[in-house]
Amino acid sequence: MTDRLLTIRNLKIEGRSDETWNPIINGVDLDLNRGEVLGLIGESGAGKSTIGLASMGYARDGVRISDGSVEFDGIDLVNASAATKRALLGKRIAYVAQSAAASFNPAHKLIDQHTEAPVQHKVMDRASSVEDGVELYRKLRLPNPEQIGFRYPHQVSGGQLQRAMTAMAMSCRPDLIIFDEPTTALDVTTQIEVLASIRDIVEQFNTAAIYITHDLAVVAQMADKIKVLLRGDEVEEADTRTMLSSPTEDYTKSLWAVRSFHRPEKPAIVTGSTPVVSLKNIDAAYGRVPVLHDVSFDIHPGRTVAVVGESGSGKSTAARCITGLLPPKSGYVEFDGEALPLDYRKRDKMQLRQAQMIYQMADTALNPRKSIGEIIGRPVQFYLGLTGKEKRKRVDQLLDQIELEPSMYYHRLPSELSGGQKQRVGIARALAAEPKFIICDEVTSALDQLVAEGILKLLAKLQDELGLSYMFITHDLATVKSIADEVVVMKDGRVIEQGGKSEMFQPPHHPYTDLLLSSVPEMDPDWLSTVLKERGVDNIGDAAVDKM
Amino acid sequence: MSSVLKIILQRLALGVLTLFIVSVVIFLAVNALPGDFAQSILGQGATPEAIAAIRKDLGLDQPLFTRYLTWLAGMLTGDLGVSFAQMNFQNSMGGGEMETVATQIAPRLYNTLWLAAVTAMIAVPVSIALGVLSALYRNSLFDRATNIFTLSSISSPEFFLAYILILFLAVLNPLLPSLSNIYDELSFAERFQRTLLPALTLTLVVTAHMMRMTRAAIINLLASPYIEMARLKGMSPIRVIVKHALPNALAPIINVIALNLAYLVTGVVVVEVVFVYPGIGQLFVDSVKIRDIPVVQACCLIFASAYVLLNLTADILSIISNPRLRHPK
Repeated sequence: MTDRLLTIRNLKIEGRSDETWNPIINGVDLDLNRGEVLGLIGESGAGKSTIGLASMGYARDGVRISDGSVEFDGIDLVNASAATKRALLGKRIAYVAQSAAASFNPAHKLIDQHTEAPVQHKVMDRASSVEDGVELYRKLRLPNPEQIGFRYPHQVSGGQLQRAMTAMAMSCRPDLIIFDEPTTALDVTTQIEVLASIRDIVEQFNTAAIYITHDLAVVAQMADKIKVLLRGDEVEEADTRTMLSSPTEDYTKSLWAVRSFHRPEKPAIVTGSTPVVSLKNIDAAYGRVPVLHDVSFDIHPGRTVAVVGESGSGKSTAARCITGLLPPKSGYVEFDGEALPLDYRKRDKMQLRQAQMIYQMADTALNPRKSIGEIIGRPVQFYLGLTGKEKRKRVDQLLDQIELEPSMYYHRLPSELSGGQKQRVGIARALAAEPKFIICDEVTSALDQLVAEGILKLLAKLQDELGLSYMFITHDLATVKSIADEVVVMKDGRVIEQGGKSEMFQPPHHPYTDLLLSSVPEMDPDWLSTVLKERGVDNIGDAAVDKM
Repeated sequence: MSSVLKIILQRLALGVLTLFIVSVVIFLAVNALPGDFAQSILGQGATPEAIAAIRKDLGLDQPLFTRYLTWLAGMLTGDLGVSFAQMNFQNSMGGGEMETVATQIAPRLYNTLWLAAVTAMIAVPVSIALGVLSALYRNSLFDRATNIFTLSSISSPEFFLAYILILFLAVLNPLLPSLSNIYDELSFAERFQRTLLPALTLTLVVTAHMMRMTRAAIINLLASPYIEMARLKGMSPIRVIVKHALPNALAPIINVIALNLAYLVTGVVVVEVVFVYPGIGQLFVDSVKIRDIPVVQACCLIFASAYVLLNLTADILSIISNPRLRHPK
């Protein structure tokens, strides 16, 4: 076939750890025609990025292609010399990385990085490459395309950087682009713009692409066909619509089913009841930079309040005000109807133990040198004064509650646990203080969907058993749908809208809530086109909030 | 730009404060030296009256605090005072031209700065080039050889390196003079030629540190996503390192360079002695020997200023090399 661009046969990749080579990819085949977009999906550790890089003939340090072939347009990339590969990379095969902020060199202006590949590969001279860059920036609907290239990466927002990186990948008009989770680090309203831009430009230049993501709804918008991976093996491959409507493998079906977890609706709050936590007219600032403006909301016993908003909207700052880590400038925090000292240093032990936190990054929130038993035992001893056998008994109880076998996990270190297990330990540590109220700060966003669902179910179970109240900080509206009772929408440090879940997910909305809701990708492959049509393609650039 | 200016002004103010504190420390430390000038000049058999007379002459009988203030006031007005040794001559010989500490130190300081400059001109480019190359060919034979060579040279005593160089470059192959007695009448070329051997010795001493920091700072960055990006754009390994890693590694490298340059100004006594080079280090040691306090204090203050000034320059250069500070949002 003449239009076959990339052929991978029986690809095996190994990674080195502790002086031995362990398999990462166990023989994957892949075919890609010119102008075709393949979506690679799977959980973390499935080997998506490794395959993406291997299709460029590239393996990271400590990783090697041990067997199989990668043929790009008739060139054998596994056995090609470094010089041969360099001549292809950037010119005919380009890469768009997950974090544009980290993948742009902080020392050089965007346009200098843009023109590097065309100039070095002698595709065009600098002047015409600059001109072309500006044209691409315009096509990708970057604001101020004439000047934005002359900025340094730190002067440009994340979503814009991601588009500038797509422009950079396009600079030599490659035949193939590898998109490695290009929108994972972005807010939903930004993500939709970047998705639209990428899809447009790939179509326009008839570029083939491998689109790597763990988000099924995103891949549904972007790909012509989808390949599902699980721990280095292919599960199945089919064209997008077939894959979405009738997956054949159980694993794929389980991935598709994740979004179906919903808690039953709770009865409405009794009017006049005292909330567990109540924020009253909070204003807060970091130094002289104001962050929160007149924020008020209540959290009632046994209920979950989801606080949603994009990065920088002040969700986590509100949590810091409740815990007293950041004393607000004005306003106050009430606990069971009683005003708390604003600074945590002025709160007594009883007041402190009532509000506990679970963090987004379980990795960094657990002391790597302490065993699980010590980590959970510390608050047990500190707040409840238990020692010796009683302490051990209580820790074992807590481990049971988070569904980790005490005898197996008590002496382990955090590094010996998986991401989901670490997050469970974080939950147990919060429970150890026997609080009424727990702040969950993006607790599932670093986890794979199946694991995240397990955590959500656990939190729901604990709430039913212990009558806990949750403040659930998240940017993921699917999570909100599945567990929240009340929703608070924040933007730029203000509460835009709040109310019960069912009313929040039904129109009419505040326009911002509307934008937020409509930006969440859906599994329907036509979703992106529909939304763009509704919004009017021309103003997507303006539709989302310009965050500089 | 204004934020950079603000940081620089802050650093300048801090530098001045540091110098002030250093002046106190120097003064106290020098005065804590055992023995005094009167005792050492008059010898063992001196009468207490004679010693007291000289002490009074030199103002050594004043309380410490008064002496410090007098000295500080002199320093601030650019008057480094008069060397005790010179003053003594004047008293006993009755008049004549009296040499101030300033005129005594100036030519020596000039020589020292000249030697430091020649050394820096050789050592800095060589270290950075070696650092870049050993980062590029890391763990290769070249990398190991460079590491072994620079580490052995920094681990050897300076006089040993000096004699080895004399043996190879002056005795076996008479390319350079083994003595570096320089004076005003020399032409630039002659001066340079005579300085070359001590400069090469010092280059061997300072290269290891700068080269290893360059190598480490670059290798540290090689795992960054933007370095991977540059590789995936098909850039050559040397371009990846020079264009993408080096600009981001500048700050630590600049700091180590500053530290080594400061060493060149302040710590090269041994090399000066071996090559009979008339630098400030020898003057300093001689003055300590005879407790010539004004000269010792002036030298200390010059050394301290060199450190403060070079580190300040390094700070400012690192700030300027960081686009986040140069171009705020």
